Amino acid sequence: MTTLPLRIFEGQALNYTQVWRASVFSNFLNPVLYLTAMGIGLGSLVDRNPSAEFGGLDYLVWLAPGLLAATGMQSGAGEGSFPIMAGLKWIKTFPAIMNTPVSVTDLLVGLLSWIGVRLIMICTIFAGVLVIFDAADIGRALLAIFPAVLTGLAFAAPMAAFTSWIEDDTGLTMVFRFGIVPLFLFSGTFFPIEQLPDLLEGLAYATPLFHGVELTRAAALGIESALPVWQHVTYLVVLFAIGARLAQRNLTKKLRP
Amino acid sequence: MNESLVTARGLTKRFDDLTAVDGVDFDIQRGEVFGFLGPNGAGKSSIMRMIGATSPITAGTLTVFGLDPYADGREIRSRLGVVPQENMLDEELRVRDNLYIYGRYFSLPRKVINERIEDLLAFAHLEDKRTAKVEHLSGGMKRRLTIARALINEPELILLDEPTTGLDPQARHILWDRLYRLKQQGSTLIITTHYMDEAEQLCDRLVVMDQGRIVAEGSPRSLIEEHSHREVLELRFPVGTQESALLKLDGLAPRQETLADRVLLYVDDADRALAEVSARGLQAESAVVRRSTLEDVFLRLTGRSLVE
Ligand SMILES: Nc1ncnc2c1ncn2[C@@H]1O[C@H](COP(=O)(O)OP(=O)(O)OP(=O)(O)O)[C@@H](O)[C@H]1O
Ligand SMILES: [Mg+2]
Repeated sequence: MTTLPLRIFEGQALNYTQVWRASVFSNFLNPVLYLTAMGIGLGSLVDRNPSAEFGGLDYLVWLAPGLLAATGMQSGAGEGSFPIMAGLKWIKTFPAIMNTPVSVTDLLVGLLSWIGVRLIMICTIFAGVLVIFDAADIGRALLAIFPAVLTGLAFAAPMAAFTSWIEDDTGLTMVFRFGIVPLFLFSGTFFPIEQLPDLLEGLAYATPLFHGVELTRAAALGIESALPVWQHVTYLVVLFAIGARLAQRNLTKKLRP
Repeated sequence: MNESLVTARGLTKRFDDLTAVDGVDFDIQRGEVFGFLGPNGAGKSSIMRMIGATSPITAGTLTVFGLDPYADGREIRSRLGVVPQENMLDEELRVRDNLYIYGRYFSLPRKVINERIEDLLAFAHLEDKRTAKVEHLSGGMKRRLTIARALINEPELILLDEPTTGLDPQARHILWDRLYRLKQQGSTLIITTHYMDEAEQLCDRLVVMDQGRIVAEGSPRSLIEEHSHREVLELRFPVGTQESALLKLDGLAPRQETLADRVLLYVDDADRALAEVSARGLQAESAVVRRSTLEDVFLRLTGRSLVE
């Protein structure tokens, strides 16, 4: 065992101290804006025609956990991409670190644990906003943090693998535009996927965000998820594990030429 | 003394079908300053990265501190100081934080690092800059900080990949002075450079590389003695007259190199050669008498001049 991943974690935290105010502020503002616009603004229209699709709940209450899971995804994908590209190419902290006793695996473990902590921060702030908006009680809001963080990690590791495989950031822009944004819109965040044509509904089942949304909603609202909880969890854990393995391989190719 | 810190036999590095390092042999002793001199793409950085245990070797053998860089990379790196060709400093962090976090990657305790930071800032002459962000430093300051960073773990062996490339002459001399101090303290240094004067200033022993191979080896003085003459007469002729001048120079010097803009005569006594040039009725636009340098050795060995 080595404690070197902890040192990487410390380095990431040191960098974060440069930006934490702006970061925390936007992590708070983001859910407030979304819940106000979609939950209260759009929700007041939706709630005029109460629909069984939302389990008899206010649209805001139904939507909020979906947004929490989607925030986990976006944050995980974000943390797994641009900071990795910066470390590899833009600022080159990773190649510099390779001249120290730190190994590629130490580096990756440290980075992923830091991303985990960042996700916990982001999702906890979001959970606080849920309580402020009266969308969940404190206990359930806290419980919902776990699946949202897991969703984030399930995106962060494959994104890290992808980022350490490509040569420049044009690929990243593509992934966000044609991957993350459609997932955000069509994985049951804003409306139940049963509303989609059958073909797309089947596709939605295959997307990782759907499983994250189901878990988070089940935790926040105390309702049943589409599949048994362990199946949703397994899907996300496997995705994380495959991503981490590929990231290790790709980082080794880049950093130990 | 005479303890070999780095030993390479038939050391080879290939990237796909490109052979960057092509079967080189060398031994680097404790306490010496050893240089790799060569033009762009000669394979200097590739060798440095293999010694630094960050890039696996393709063939041959390499030991560092008697250890195998592949199996014992972590231990080797913990005893090395590396100044990479690119600084790779964290531009977003402050000067002292760059040193601090790098020390942490060597698992050094905070207290030890904080003590060393003060000494290193003094050594690098960056005391006034300790809380400045790296992005606001000049090129020479960044380079000194990179050297300071490499010393945080009190390394036994320091690898410097082109320590002064891209710096102005004054910044180069400051750096040479710092490297000279390390040498005086008994550190073992490995330096790559394409500057002949740098190699002459700093190196006890060096190898001249070209296209992945070692083409000569020795002390700067012995290389010059072996592969060049003591002095050089550089003649520049008015545009368009070099051709005809060359005919008249025939047989004057034991060795002669013709470059695009000047003619180099390698001789033992350049003043006498210059007198002979005048005696033959040649009017040079300018004539420079100088001592032979490693640049001349390189020209001799490869038929090309070093890119500056
Ligand atoms: N990671 C890599 N992948 C592919 N080719 C590489 C890689 N690193 C170096 N090379 C190639 O290996 C050869 C030797 O490169 P190297 O960087 O060792 O030369 P160098 O002597 O340090 O040159 P310079 O003076 O320009 O720094 C070059 O042709 C270079 O393009
Ligand atoms: Mg190089």
